[in-house]
Amino acid sequence: MVVDSFKFLPRSFRPLYEGRGPFHGEEAPVWARFEKRLAESRIALLTSAGIYLKRTQPSFDLEREQTHPDWGDPTWRAIPASTQAPDIGVAHLHINDADLLADPEIALPKRLLDRLASEGERLIGGAVAEHVSVMGYQERTLRDWQSKTAPEVVAHLRGQGADGLILAPV
Amino acid sequence: MPVLARWIEAAGIPTVIVTMMPAVAEERRAPRIVGVEFPFGHPFGMPHDWGMQRRALELALRVLAGAVSFGTRVDLDVEWPVPLREAYRSWQPKEPSPIVRKMLESRRQ
Repeated sequence: MVVDSFKFLPRSFRPLYEGRGPFHGEEAPVWARFEKRLAESRIALLTSAGIYLKRTQPSFDLEREQTHPDWGDPTWRAIPASTQAPDIGVAHLHINDADLLADPEIALPKRLLDRLASEGERLIGGAVAEHVSVMGYQERTLRDWQSKTAPEVVAHLRGQGADGLILAPV
Repeated sequence: MPVLARWIEAAGIPTVIVTMMPAVAEERRAPRIVGVEFPFGHPFGMPHDWGMQRRALELALRVLAGAVSFGTRVDLDVEWPVPLREAYRSWQPKEPSPIVRKMLESRRQ
């Protein structure tokens, strides 16, 4: 099966995504070899669903996005693997968040990842203690993501001992 | 998001992107891609459907660890179990996002 990349996208949005080519300066291949066996590796997840911890973390800044529609909050949050669904908030104005709130695993499958590390055949060696959440709608230059968020996320992933990362835009 | 994957990959951490728009991830030159034909907001599938979520996550792990070259794309062979018209409507926010509202207003002018 070949996925239709535009099946669920309103037709008028398609030109915003299709045929625009690589991001400026990002044409060349980048490649980090996955060196270890999967069963000996520690895996991290990154979601763009705008997930945050309701009790202890600030929401992503949706008020500013309301007044500056071309802007999106470029910050990130660390989400502990042990977080339960009722503790999770979703700050994202571009999707219906009902399913995400009902089951955050559809964007950040941290419980499932832990299960793959612990059950019978042990597909992976383990999962990081703290996964990563960003809010996926960003201003077009991605300046803050490039200069601040990406280096901070890389440092976090190194600190967590991550051997590989699964990113899941929503 | 494909660009964020590139920056993290360039720093030495292997990445795979699980995306509803794999053709766009290819255009943006993401290193490893798993395509899913799911509505936006649902990269790993239906809420509470551990079987579907597991198929997506396991494919992502196998592509992450097993792809041998840049730009590898593998699509998940799972069909969304909700009729298209309903699924198309239900992923969208109740109110248009600020940028969509701005686009609609500029078209009216």
